[in-house]
Amino acid sequence: MTLILNRRTLLFGAAATLSGCDGLARNEQARELLFSAENFHKWAQRSLMARGALAREFRPDQISPFFRPNGTANPNTPEYRALWRSGFADWRLKLSGLVGRPLSLSLAQLHSLPHREQITRHDCVEGWSAIGKWRGVPLSLVLDAARMSDKARYLVFKCADFMGDGRPYYESIDMVDAFHPQTILAFALNDQPLRVANGAPLRLRVERQLGYKHAKYLMEIEAVDTLSGIGGGKGGYWEDRANYDWYAGI
Amino acid sequence: MDSSPASPSITAPLVLRHRWQVRLWHWLNAGLLYILFTSGLGIFNAHPRLYWGHYGANFDKPWLTLERFGGWITLPAHYDLAMSRHWHLAAAPLFAFALLAYMLWAWFSRHIGRDLAFRRGELAPRHVWQDIADHARLRFPTGQAALRYNVLQKASYVLVIFIALPLLIFTGLTMSPGMNAAWPWLVDLFGGRQSARSIHFIAAFLLAAFFLVHLSMVLLAGPANELRSIITGRYRLPEARP
Repeated sequence: MTLILNRRTLLFGAAATLSGCDGLARNEQARELLFSAENFHKWAQRSLMARGALAREFRPDQISPFFRPNGTANPNTPEYRALWRSGFADWRLKLSGLVGRPLSLSLAQLHSLPHREQITRHDCVEGWSAIGKWRGVPLSLVLDAARMSDKARYLVFKCADFMGDGRPYYESIDMVDAFHPQTILAFALNDQPLRVANGAPLRLRVERQLGYKHAKYLMEIEAVDTLSGIGGGKGGYWEDRANYDWYAGI
Repeated sequence: MDSSPASPSITAPLVLRHRWQVRLWHWLNAGLLYILFTSGLGIFNAHPRLYWGHYGANFDKPWLTLERFGGWITLPAHYDLAMSRHWHLAAAPLFAFALLAYMLWAWFSRHIGRDLAFRRGELAPRHVWQDIADHARLRFPTGQAALRYNVLQKASYVLVIFIALPLLIFTGLTMSPGMNAAWPWLVDLFGGRQSARSIHFIAAFLLAAFFLVHLSMVLLAGPANELRSIITGRYRLPEARP
């Protein structure tokens, strides 16, 4: 009897405490305090790592047998279907915003630039990981070619896919990650042209952050000095919609 | 009755059992570990499969697949990965630095040397066996002996403080792609991010098991006296057995 009562009390206590936490999380100031942990993690990680510290690169025999795609499996808009049908011959990557020389790059032009190849681990915010071999153009080369302004603080990646709520996917990174040697615009996965499910024709790899930062189906990169005014203002689709952290290093 | 805790008489002296640093850390942990465990289960629910090695996703072979944990034990009570992560990542650094501060205090105040370190002879098989037998019969120490941790207590506290909790912190950090770049040796230490995630999960449940035993011991040893001692620090010595 005593034990049952105790267990009941415990369960009740557990439930009450948890709903107390949920209640607290609805308070605006408490939320802000809770969300500010992101700033701590960003500061701590950036302080602990060299600016150019590399994400782990793996051996070819460590590659996942199948690289799990996630998020949009196919943008499936008339525009995207048309691009796909022509083998992305008419696709262009636009570089806009705070740049001295706006660019419009074809896949062939990207192929003709120097490449980087890296076997890295993709870590989804959900907890799973997949290792794949990526090939692409270092983003820094493209940014230099576009003569990016000193005023630019963020790069916004605009994608061809629309999410369930009809809003387009987008993401953003700052200059620390933009100029990181492993940050590439990838057009190949495991020695094959990027498949539609993995973000064809071009996706971002930003290896020191979680998967949702690695925008797929890239259409445009805009250099900006602030993220406000873009989408919901938090720097990414999931950041706007579900309060995901903008800094996804952990 | 041998199996009941010696009832402290009103005249028995109140003694200082736990210093304020111990009490503060204890209650901080009670709150933080509660948040970390429940929000951790919320995060786990996003992908309730565990793997060994560097990678692991839906097409790879898990060593453990579970149903999602119910809302009664997750934070938030409904599935919300972002909120679970906010709770977890806000509580984790507080917990880690509190542990570090506690370890430093425990070392310099000689709490470790005086109260947690094993004494000569304590680890002798006969002594350990005696302690296990006493625990099994719920025969708790009385008199001055009640002021010292017995060998099973010491062993479990040492395992929790110096093995389980640091393991949870470091496997947690290993799951961070940023920390992998900063401290690549961590991911080597645990044999990959998915191994670290598995160890993190196992250690969390070992800690939950410790919590249940810890709580039952408090209930069995006299909850009022034990609770007072961890809140006010004052403990009424159980009278020595004749």
